[in-house]
Amino acid sequence: MEIPYTFQERRDTGLTNGKIGIWLFLASEVMLFGALFASYILIRVGAPSWPRGDTVLDVPMATFNTIVLIGSSVTMVMAWASLMRRQFGKFRLYMAATVLLGGVFLVVKYFEYSHHLHLGEYPRTNNFFAVYYTLTGLHMLHVIGGMAVNAYFWGPGAKLYKTNPVWFTNRVEHSGLFWHFVDLVWIFLFPTLYLL
Amino acid sequence: MATDHAATSEHAADVHHDPAEIDRHVRVYITVFVALMALTLITVAVSYLDLSTPMAVAVALFIATIKGSLVACYFMHLISEKKLIYAVLAITVFKFVALMVLPVLTHNNGYWIP
Repeated sequence: MEIPYTFQERRDTGLTNGKIGIWLFLASEVMLFGALFASYILIRVGAPSWPRGDTVLDVPMATFNTIVLIGSSVTMVMAWASLMRRQFGKFRLYMAATVLLGGVFLVVKYFEYSHHLHLGEYPRTNNFFAVYYTLTGLHMLHVIGGMAVNAYFWGPGAKLYKTNPVWFTNRVEHSGLFWHFVDLVWIFLFPTLYLL
Repeated sequence: MATDHAATSEHAADVHHDPAEIDRHVRVYITVFVALMALTLITVAVSYLDLSTPMAVAVALFIATIKGSLVACYFMHLISEKKLIYAVLAITVFKFVALMVLPVLTHNNGYWIP
């Protein structure tokens, strides 16, 4: 059975099913991270003492990762804009850059985690590291998920462009919305965990 | 599902947007990128100032909110989205704020208020 409204918009909502679907999913993601942020606030407010993030964590490394992730958001939106202009070659270039920047983010995170684990700083060490590993770990899983989807659209998924470029453009827009959300979460994680 | 497709907008399948309009969007993306970079550096710079904890939290979250709004409005196109998306997000924001505020309101100096 053909799935309706994959590339054509419903007359009543003006939206494709994919668009409303990804926004509902992102709404659930907001609540997921919101619950963890609320837990972090409560644990921190209730603790007799709490270390400032910059005395324990590597701020220059996290700043670099912030710049990398923001950069990847720009390449992602440029990939979508390239499809809107029917420039498939440029799309692949920007999408490859997005995936690569996601990879750079993960490599930096690997070094960051390795450093802390080498110092014996595990999630069980104290509440600070429990919160740090939980929030950054969940965020990292989202980065990996976003990279997998983007890599699919760069590679085998791009076949759809030949038969239905509108649908393919919509799919890239939706994966882009997820990727920007991942960037948005990091924008709040960075100051709250690393700087305060 | 041919009936469903028949009810769709006739213009919806048109992916060709005005190239000038897309170029304008691209210029906005670049501007937002520069603003996000600048705000990131400001966030780090402010953390080196000797601010009290409440002030540091307020400033950091204020800058993060501006950055987040730029990403949501321009990269996620929320500045020109359909009403249904706004409705979904309004409910989300309401519940998110409740999630943040309610536990804090019931918490005082490390003790739960019964």
